[in-house]
Amino acid sequence: MKKLVRVLGVLVVLGLVALLAFIFVPVQRTGPVTQLAADFKPAKGQGEYVMRAGDCLACHTNEGGKPFAGGRAIQSPMGTIWTTNITPDKETGIGNWSLDDFRAALYDGVTPNGTHLYPAMPYENYRKMSEEDIVALYDYFMHEVEPVSDKVEETKLGFPFNLRFGLRAWNWLAASYEPGFKPTTGQDEQFNRGKYLVEGAGHCAACHSPRNLFMAQDGIDDTSKVFLTGGEIDGYTAPDLRGRDSGPQKWTTEQTAAYLSTARNAHSTATGEMMLVVRDSLQYLTKEDNMAIAAYLKKIGTAPANSASATPAAPIVTETEKMLTDAKADMPLGPRLYLDNCGGCHFVTGKGAGETFPELDGNSLVTAKSPKGLISVILHGAELPSTADRPMKMRMQGYDKRLSDEEIAALATFLREGWTNKAPAVSAADVKAVRDLAHH
Amino acid sequence: MARTEKKKNVVLVGFGWTGAILGMELANEGLEILALERGHDQATVPDFQYPNMIDELKYGVRLGMMQKPRNGTLTIRRDQNETALPYRSLGTFLPGIGVGGAGTHWNGLNWRPMQSEYHLRSYTEEKFGNIIPEDMTIQDYPMSYAELEPHFDRFEYVAGISGQAGNVNGKIVEGGNPFEAPRSRDYPMPPMHSTWDGKKFGDAAKAMGYHPFPSPGGIASKDYVNEYNMQMGPCNHCGFCERFGCYNYSKSSPQTAIIDALKRKKNFEYRTHADVLRVELAPDGKTATGVTYYDEKAQEEVFQPADIVILTAFSLHNVHLMLLSGIGKPYDPNTNEGVVGRNYSYQLTGGYTLFFKDENFNPFIGTGANGMCIDDFGMDNIDFAKEGFIGGAYWRSGQTNGQPIRSMGLPAGTPSWGAGWKKAIGEWYGHSMNIGAHGSLMSYRGNYLDLDPTYKDPRGRAMMRMTFNWQPNDLKMIQFMKSKMEPLVKSMNPDIAQDGFKKDGAMFDVRPYQTTHNTGGAVTGDDPKTSAINRYLQAWDQHNVFVMGASAFPQNTQYNPTGMVGGLAYWAAEHIRKDYLPNPRPLV
Repeated sequence: MKKLVRVLGVLVVLGLVALLAFIFVPVQRTGPVTQLAADFKPAKGQGEYVMRAGDCLACHTNEGGKPFAGGRAIQSPMGTIWTTNITPDKETGIGNWSLDDFRAALYDGVTPNGTHLYPAMPYENYRKMSEEDIVALYDYFMHEVEPVSDKVEETKLGFPFNLRFGLRAWNWLAASYEPGFKPTTGQDEQFNRGKYLVEGAGHCAACHSPRNLFMAQDGIDDTSKVFLTGGEIDGYTAPDLRGRDSGPQKWTTEQTAAYLSTARNAHSTATGEMMLVVRDSLQYLTKEDNMAIAAYLKKIGTAPANSASATPAAPIVTETEKMLTDAKADMPLGPRLYLDNCGGCHFVTGKGAGETFPELDGNSLVTAKSPKGLISVILHGAELPSTADRPMKMRMQGYDKRLSDEEIAALATFLREGWTNKAPAVSAADVKAVRDLAHH
Repeated sequence: MARTEKKKNVVLVGFGWTGAILGMELANEGLEILALERGHDQATVPDFQYPNMIDELKYGVRLGMMQKPRNGTLTIRRDQNETALPYRSLGTFLPGIGVGGAGTHWNGLNWRPMQSEYHLRSYTEEKFGNIIPEDMTIQDYPMSYAELEPHFDRFEYVAGISGQAGNVNGKIVEGGNPFEAPRSRDYPMPPMHSTWDGKKFGDAAKAMGYHPFPSPGGIASKDYVNEYNMQMGPCNHCGFCERFGCYNYSKSSPQTAIIDALKRKKNFEYRTHADVLRVELAPDGKTATGVTYYDEKAQEEVFQPADIVILTAFSLHNVHLMLLSGIGKPYDPNTNEGVVGRNYSYQLTGGYTLFFKDENFNPFIGTGANGMCIDDFGMDNIDFAKEGFIGGAYWRSGQTNGQPIRSMGLPAGTPSWGAGWKKAIGEWYGHSMNIGAHGSLMSYRGNYLDLDPTYKDPRGRAMMRMTFNWQPNDLKMIQFMKSKMEPLVKSMNPDIAQDGFKKDGAMFDVRPYQTTHNTGGAVTGDDPKTSAINRYLQAWDQHNVFVMGASAFPQNTQYNPTGMVGGLAYWAAEHIRKDYLPNPRPLV
């Protein structure tokens, strides 16, 4: 009996020591993956370019706030995370950070005092960035960004997520891979440039990869079968990018690149979060880089390349098109609403028109697992960003004042089942939930 | 108390088609540009959005997109013996308001004038001898069609015009207008499909040996991207073009063709609710120093200094501002001297309505530039000496809309309300079609613009006064069109046909809508005694003032004016860029 007590006592002490070590022993910070020459200087503009590729501005700037001064609320399943001030202000920003501090935040998700960042900061992906880009980005933040003194709201998540040391264990699962970028041997330069941007700074997997049991990205590179096969962000579906029917696989490389740089192409337009990514990040990448991303995505498709998009098959008149063309008086509510509200632009074919009116047939937003994005566009409309190659802020108007929840449910269900689409129905309650969001 | 704003290189007065064109072209030169618009800002969404825009009562009848007479109008009389009265209720023409101007609410009909029109006086004299009436003040454009061609082409490709070329570099193309001046290439988009009325008209015209072709227009027949990377989407034929903003990104307008691209330029700025009161001149009167405008938000006058002032407002407003600012000598019809207000002109149209019991025209399908045309009675094809008038017309048939309040053609004599009216609507709605003749109008000593001696606008400025009436030459032209159209109508064998052609002695009536093709008043020419601006649309006396718009037309073309307005704007922009900016001076 005494022995048992003693053994238990030792175990408890060992456990406590381990826990204290877990909490208090500083995290090993990752050093540079490449030793750069002592006189290395990033090329002019490179730092800003990396910032655009990493889309730092989008999260670290509040609506109407000063650039990079933080304070934007990121809704996570654990609660609201407030982004930080990353201007070079010494008091409230990162003005006192060394290059090593900066790299550790990007690679390991830790601040200089050892505090773990929440993985809303995609260090899982930034861990793949090159030392050249890290240095360029550091240089940009220290010398080109205006310091802003602004203490932003501190993130206060509920128990147990407020115990940030717990992230140490999470990091063992999510961000313990060898830092730096590993090009795929046997692939050309364009492929590997695309891969670098997608896996690293672009952090596409943060939305487009599924999450595993521990909420970590399930697959951070293309060695994983589920990498970029679709995820969810704030209840919206981030579509699959690798399956046969996904955009990057159906479209030509040029069309995908056009989508990335202008938020529109011959088939579709970017809405919601992806519109913001184009607005704040991708439109600033060079044509070559967006082509590299598109070419890379095409090559990592998980199904045999679909050649149908290159040579369109003879148009097939679907049952939906026939019904809309006949426009019989006893047409159900969904298609009738479509004719009254949508058909003028998207047409009875559901094919829309190049770069102006997106296709609804086969559109990943229409058939998304979560109908939230589709409902949101019907309710509130959508606006394309002004970009150099396509400056027009084309906007679809919202129908929130014109259509009831029941009507939008009928319309959305029609869209999800019309033409060649096959997605589950939408209920009025689904619509109400999205409509109510706007009133918060 | 007036405030003074920071100086700009260029101030544009008015932000419609020509303001947007000049803004873009000069912003590309790196200049600091400011456009002042007296109306509100407006964009496709939310301002023209579906379904709010397709409200015939609000926009078609109550003229929601037009300027309100209470905020500024002009006075009108028919001759010098009458007392001009304010145009208090919009009728015969409809000046627009707001960003995009008339370019937002037009029908989209887009043309280049015929070849004889650029040198009409010398063409008439050389070909037909001394037949120009003494009081007819028509004159030649100071530039040739060949010089303008690249600029027409540029405008058509920026605006996004659908059409079928008939003459490409002298080669006649089957299916197009064989009488058009040679164009350097096709239209940017294929022609629109015609509705049944246009088809019927085209077939009848062809059977009579005429040369029908699809109407050219700024209505997108497909998706389109222009040189500024601006976009249009294909039209769905909803029929809400004229008097409406297009909700579908399908009608050519400054909004679809230019504005979002222009807004990206850091050296371009525009201010709305900024009503320009006058152009300010230097003490010696030889240059402008800027403009004074009324800032409606701040409720105060603002002096806006600028190196260059470009009037890019509606033609009537350009002339009014010149008269108020002392730019050019006001025209006096009694002495035939002075240039500002001279050669004001308008448009003379007529047509037939044909009723067919057994035809169904589905009038709810349409566009502003729908249908088929013929140009067999265009100016180039008429013997002025033989027919006894100078002028011409193009004909068109194609329904523009099926709106219930204004577009239900009924046989003459039908009661205008009650059971008889209802019965007739039931009987005839959808069973009528129109054929229109869109005719030229010459300029005359007696048709002119000046400042009204009595009436003031809300800012205390003298209103502009329009003195205008129909003249025998043009009434003869339109009667000639009737005589030629009548046999064609008969050949179509309608159940009822009724004409709407003005007769000899007709007087100008401001009440029914006719056209918003108000031209002249600040015409371009080679002689400073008979023109307000030179061949580069530059004021003769103030070299840093340029005047765009249909006010530059020496007389009105037989076509809708927008194509010419756009072509002239690009022509002037090129000469300002290449010739004036490096060395600011009188260019002639």
